[in-house]
Formats: sequence, structure tokens, C-alpha cells
Amino acid sequence: MTDLAAVVGHGMALTGFVLASVLVLIWLERRLLGLFQIRLGPNRVGLGGLLQPVADALKVLLKEDVTPANVDPILYNVAPVLIFVPGLVVWSLVPFARDWVVVDLRMGLVLAIATSALSSLAILMAGWASNNKYALIGGLRATAQAISYELPLILSTVGVLMLAGTFDLTEIVTRQRVWYVFLQPLAFVIFFICQLAEVNRTPFDIPEAESELVAGYSTEYSGFKFALFFLAEYVNTFLVGALCALLFLGGWQFPFARTLGWDWLNDTQWWAGVPVPLPAVWFLVKVYLVFVVIVWIRATVPRLRADQLMAFAWKGLVPLALLNILLTGLVTPLFKAWGWI
Amino acid sequence: MIEFKTETMTLNMGPSHPSTHGVLRLILTLDGELVVDCEPVIGYLHRSIERSGQDLTYWQFLPVLDRFDYLSNLFSEYCYVLAVERIAGIEPPPRAEFIRVLTMEINRITSHLFWLGTFVLDLGATSIIMYAMREREHLFDLLEELTGQRMMYNYIRIGGVSHDVPPGWLDRLRAFLATFRARLAEYEAIVTDNPIFRARVEGIGVLTPDQLWDYGVTGPILRAAGVAWDLRRDEPYAVYDQLDFDVPLGQRGDCLDRYCVRMREMAESARIIEQAVAMLPDGPVKARKIPALYKAPPGEAYVQIEAPRGNMGCYLLSDGSTRPSRVKLRGASFHNLAVLPEAVRGRPLADIMAIFGSLDVIIPEVDR
Repeated sequence: MTDLAAVVGHGMALTGFVLASVLVLIWLERRLLGLFQIRLGPNRVGLGGLLQPVADALKVLLKEDVTPANVDPILYNVAPVLIFVPGLVVWSLVPFARDWVVVDLRMGLVLAIATSALSSLAILMAGWASNNKYALIGGLRATAQAISYELPLILSTVGVLMLAGTFDLTEIVTRQRVWYVFLQPLAFVIFFICQLAEVNRTPFDIPEAESELVAGYSTEYSGFKFALFFLAEYVNTFLVGALCALLFLGGWQFPFARTLGWDWLNDTQWWAGVPVPLPAVWFLVKVYLVFVVIVWIRATVPRLRADQLMAFAWKGLVPLALLNILLTGLVTPLFKAWGWI
Repeated sequence: MIEFKTETMTLNMGPSHPSTHGVLRLILTLDGELVVDCEPVIGYLHRSIERSGQDLTYWQFLPVLDRFDYLSNLFSEYCYVLAVERIAGIEPPPRAEFIRVLTMEINRITSHLFWLGTFVLDLGATSIIMYAMREREHLFDLLEELTGQRMMYNYIRIGGVSHDVPPGWLDRLRAFLATFRARLAEYEAIVTDNPIFRARVEGIGVLTPDQLWDYGVTGPILRAAGVAWDLRRDEPYAVYDQLDFDVPLGQRGDCLDRYCVRMREMAESARIIEQAVAMLPDGPVKARKIPALYKAPPGEAYVQIEAPRGNMGCYLLSDGSTRPSRVKLRGASFHNLAVLPEAVRGRPLADIMAIFGSLDVIIPEVDR
């Protein structure tokens, strides 16, 4: 019982942390986009615009919740919840530092990938239940995109699994003596691209592309339900950063800490009897760096057409991911001999 | 093999749409994602400009022309003024002609920059439009200093221009042009070689010269199809015959070629401006004083000039009174838009934006 209470307590603390981070991320994205576009982002509300996301949240909560006629009542209301919850579920598997994880699963990676696929189901639900031609097209496109990019995503993680030999996320991090981004550069690139497609981020944001269909799967949602879609996108993007950091960027490890003998940087510190997860800081720095790159790509690159997107996944990324598995199999004995893994 | 019976879907890209630049309605008939038919519905922006030309005096009509095509204001003004000068036999002084060419080429650059920003924005890259607007702001500052207005200049007058350039203006213009080429190279680096951009525009919307001749399409679209036709070189007006410039051509007539032609035209315009500034002669900027209730001698004239979107023409019929008896404006966008259904037939829905953006249609020019 105390275990359950501990997990629930930790889970709620994590949820609070993730949602607070989302507020920071919204601010960061908008200021960064402004920087890339030679303009100021929001800078009026609060010091440097830091309270802008709070203002946005208040605005969205106070808006009228309009439900169109003839929507499917169950699906329409379940979709926003279903898109939001899997992200938080996967967050409970993410270790911020050794032993700082809400649920330490030996099959962590498997559950992470499987659960994040549920969000695509939610998008399809939203598109269908909205009783709107444009929303339906948007929802179908998003689902096709998500399914197409699931396969290379999983295949790219196989390389990491071959090097680490385990599905446990904590173990994958501790076994990275050399960060896997250097041992598996191709897999990192494929993983990153596929995750961008999973969270519908540019250049894969066709489902939300306003300039084409003026709509998207979330058109008919307003008020708090729309806020859930919006928040879910940021929670999932944050999660992409976290998974990249865990699987490829060494998680909570400080670079060269072991070689320099500064192992204390990778351990939880005890200050005045309180455990302080110092490594979580390095972890979060990496996650934010990945997020900045995602925003950078958004500011720069045009979006792909739907059929080009699918062709890229099936004819481009899947063969590359398979090639990566082959190459990893060939070099793993070498890495073992050199003591890199 | 089971035969599926499918129906086509009618979709309305309504008059209010983020990407139809202006108020244009496209009635699309779709078979799945492919466009079977596309019917543009125009007239939402019709303001009876041509009819106003009969009701307003020559002086009163000049500001109205700025609004004919809001991105090529000076071209519209010049077209009408050239027609009047042709009927009346007025020769503007050389300094005025050089200033007219100079300012028109600046206007061409601002028009193409706006096109660039919105074209790439429709494809999804949101940053280039801000950079293009930054260059436009510099040019607007220069033009505001010269004419008093950022966009609706009302600068070209019958017999010359409104007033001379302010002191130091030419140096500031030269300073801008010195940085402009580097900036153009930056935009090329971000956009032209981007594989995603290439995938969206290469081989898309190919228009052959025969199709284009059928519809009366001119300008960068025609040149992108490989037809070497530029009124500045082939039927020179103003002082273009004294200036040295290249006319960029494309090969295939797809969206990429149209994009490349316009990018190179901006560089060529910069070159023309530099030459015009260097060759600017001294002298008056007005041939003679035109009275407020000017009466053009009876006669008619049709003049055409190379506007940023193509062949812009003005037919003027004067019966000797204070108001023209007929003003007909030929807007290039009207014909450029007409070729849109041909270009999008059989393409997926998403290509409509790429093709329409590359045609650079301005709806006020279509509707007048």
C-alpha cells in the first residue's frame, strides 16, 4: 500500500513538474521563433514575456466551450483526454537520475513506444468525431503519418538495444560509456526524424497545416478541450527530447565525468539531509537542447506533402534503419573489444 | 478485382483563405486527393476602377491607379501616364525618365520580395517572410523619404515625376544595394537548395509555352517556360534601351523555374538601379506645368510595360475633355490566374498552394 501511495505521490509530483515545464517550453518556443524571424516574441506579459503562457492558459480556460451539433458524444469528449494521458504515462517511465524515476520498469522502452502510439488513435478519434470534412481529412492524414513512421522508429531503437542489451531505460543510460549518438549516428538521425513525425512537428505538421485546409483535426474544439490538444503537443515534444537524451545523449551523465574522475557529478548529492538530484540538471539541459533544435527546424524548413512524407518513411527511412541494424551487428564485437560498450 | 464506385467531392477554398492572396474563391472538384477541376470565382474585389477613370480628371485618377495592383504601384501609375503622354506628345525630361526607371525597379524588388515571403510561407517555412519584410522596410523608408508614402506613392506625374530626389537619397540607395546582394544570396542558401522545398516545387505545375500563349500569360511565368520575351528589352520604353541587363529564363516551366526567374530578376533590378543612379543626368523633373483641369488632346493610345507580374497595359481614349472617355487597364494577373485550372488538374490538393504561389497572382489586378 505504501508502495502504491509512493508511486501515486511521485506521479503527481511528476505531472506537476511536466506541466510547469510545458509553460516554460511555450514561452521558450515563442521567444526562439521570434529570434529566428528577426522579431521579438511575446515580451509584454510579465518580465520578458514569462507570464505569456499563463495568460494563454487563462484565456483558453475562460473561452466558451462550443460543441458542434451531431458530433459523436463519447469520441468527441474522450479524444482530448486520450491524447494527453499517454504522454504522461510515458513520462512516468523516464529516469531523471539513477533511482529518480516514478516507475522503474525492466521493459521501459517497449512500454514507452507502445503507449505513445495511443496518441495517434486519439487524433483519428478527434477527426472522425468532429463531423467535419476538413477535420476528417486532417485526422486521416495524421494517422497515416503516425503509422508510417512507427516502423522506422522502432527499427532505429533496435540498434541501441543491441549495444545496451536491455530494455530498461535506467540501464541503457548507465551502460553508455560512450554516448550512443557517437556509436549510432544514423540511428539517432532516424529516431529524431521519426519522433518529429510522431508528434506532428514541422516538417511533418501536415495535419495542422493551416495554409492548405484551414483546419486540422482539432478545429471543432474550443476551450479546455483545445487546451488539452495544445498541451499534449508540448508534453509529447518534451518527451521526444527526453527519449533522445536517454537513448542517445547519455541521459543524466555529465560529459567525460568518468574519464576525469568526477563521478560525483553523476550521483545524487545529499545536502543537509535532503537528496538533490544533481544529474537531473544535466539531463534537463540535454532535453532542452533537443527542444531548441526542434524549434530551430520549425523556423527554417517548409513542410512535406502528405504522399512525399509517406514515401520518405517507407522507401527512405525503413531501408536505412535496417541498414543501421546490419552495420551495428557488424561493429558490436569491435566496440566490445575496444571497451566502448 | 472489385470495381469501386467513387464520387468526386466539391470543396470550396472560400474567399477568406489564408493562402489565396486576396479575395479569391476556388471551387475544387476532388477525387480523393487529386484535383479533377478547379474553378476560380473572381469579382470579390471589383471596385470599378476603369469606370472611375471616366468620372475622374487626369489628376484625380493618379492616386487611384496606385490601388490597381497594390504591389506594383509605380508601374500602374507609369502605364497610365505613358498613355497620356503618348496621346499628348509630351516628352518627359531625361532626369525624370531615369528617376522613373529607378523607382520602378525598386518597386519590382519590393513586389518580388513580398511574393517570395508569401510563397515560402504557404509551403510552411515561416521565417523567410520576416527577412523579406525587413528588406522591404528599408526600401519603404527610402521611398517614403522620396515620395512621402510607404506604398501608395502617387509620384509619377504627366510629363515627369512629382519632385526631385532629396539630397543624400542616392547615397542611401546605393548603400542599401550594396547589402542587398548578400541578403539575396542568404535567402537562396536557405530556400533554393533545401530538399523539402525542392520536392514541393520541382517538376510541379509545368506549363508549356503553348498553354501560356493560349491564355495570354506574360512575365516571369512565360520566361520560366523558356520564352525570351521581356518588354523592357523587346519593346523598350523610358530609358531601358540605354541600360544593360539580362533577362533570366527558365527551361521547364515548373514552379522551381518560376521561383528562380524571380530571384534572378531581383538581382537584375538591383543592377539596373545601380546603372540608373550612375547615369542620372541633371535637369528638370517635369516637362511642363500640367493644369488641374488638364485636357488631353483627342486621340487614343495603348501602351504596355513590363510589370512584376507580366505585361501591364493601358488603353486610353480621349475626346479632348477634362476626363478620359475610356480607360482600360490590362492586368497581368487576370491572365495568369486563368491558367491555374490547367496547371492544377490531376495534382494533389497540396500542390494547389505551391502552384498558385508560384503564379504570383494579385487579386485587385484581376478584379479591378
